[in-house]
Amino acid sequence: MIDSIVPVLTANSLITAFVFIGLLMALCSWLGHRLFSGRIHSSALAIGLGLLLAYLGGTITGGNQGLADVSWLTGIGMMGGGMLRDFAIVATAYGVQIDEIKRAGLRGGVSVIVGVVISFTVGAGFAVIFGYRDPVSIATLGAGAATYIVGPVTGTALGASSTVIALSIAAGLVKSISVMILTPLIARRVGLTHPGAAMVFGGLMGTTSGVAAGLAATDPKLVPYGAMTATFYTGVGCLLAPSVLFFAVKAFF
Amino acid sequence: MVIFGVALLGFCLLVGLILGQMLGVWMGLSANVGGIGIAMLMLIALSHQKWIKSHLDSGAAPGIEFWNAMYLPIVVAMAAKQNVVAALDGGWLALCAGLGAVLASFLLLPLLAGNKAEQIND
Repeated sequence: MIDSIVPVLTANSLITAFVFIGLLMALCSWLGHRLFSGRIHSSALAIGLGLLLAYLGGTITGGNQGLADVSWLTGIGMMGGGMLRDFAIVATAYGVQIDEIKRAGLRGGVSVIVGVVISFTVGAGFAVIFGYRDPVSIATLGAGAATYIVGPVTGTALGASSTVIALSIAAGLVKSISVMILTPLIARRVGLTHPGAAMVFGGLMGTTSGVAAGLAATDPKLVPYGAMTATFYTGVGCLLAPSVLFFAVKAFF
Repeated sequence: MVIFGVALLGFCLLVGLILGQMLGVWMGLSANVGGIGIAMLMLIALSHQKWIKSHLDSGAAPGIEFWNAMYLPIVVAMAAKQNVVAALDGGWLALCAGLGAVLASFLLLPLLAGNKAEQIND
């Protein structure tokens, strides 16, 4: 029987992904009501479970695409890939309040630059604590703490070793995943409850996937505001990290 | 027709990504600068335009609303395809750098987000 099921699932991978994710979310919605009596948002639960499955998938297959490396679940890679994700993010802007964007626009813009600098500084600081002394490695690891794209872009531009570049990607992944998990937990405590704060949040964190998932698990209404500023972050990071920020590091080491 | 909404959404994403790409090239970067943000602003602006709005009101809007509603499941799929193993394999340095950056940014949020946030924070 398996012989006739798996080929069908594989050949219709995107449909399989729709069904799989649908079942996963149904399970989480049930768990959220029954087990946690609504205290944990079911979408936060679904994202958490997704990450756990990604870990299991990565461990079992040895690939780098989480659950999407399982042969009959490759559709998850497409469903959760950049193309559909960006398409859906843009769709969330439909019905957004223009006034809110105008009001928080400047703060949002400032937060992107502040966000890149603060993440870079923290990343570079830990690189020094862990014993790195050459400015190229320090800057690459700092850039990795911005996003997992800024890290390798900076590392390649500066000529960092492949070990350091891999480490910078890992730092960016940790950031993205921890934004997904932590945002719903501490959103209220840091005032992440209105569109203006969401714009600043997107600019500060920058990781589009982290912000997208973190806000979805907190309050779906905030998603478009956060995503809008986050989308500028990687570009600004790629601009600042290998230039101004690298020179700043060089002045110290 | 529903396809008008889907097409409008796709058009905005493509134009936004192309402009973001051009902005990146102009700045000398190998990255897309704000493509999605530009696309979002474009969708907001275009959907208020009189002629387009009349089409959206007469049956095209569900083409956008569907993808809006699909956002969460797509994000769950995205979570399920993250390279969690690599993130954990990075060891303590990657963990400290990534987590430290997130916590520092969270601390700055009430400061940058202004009065409204501080009131709630109290």
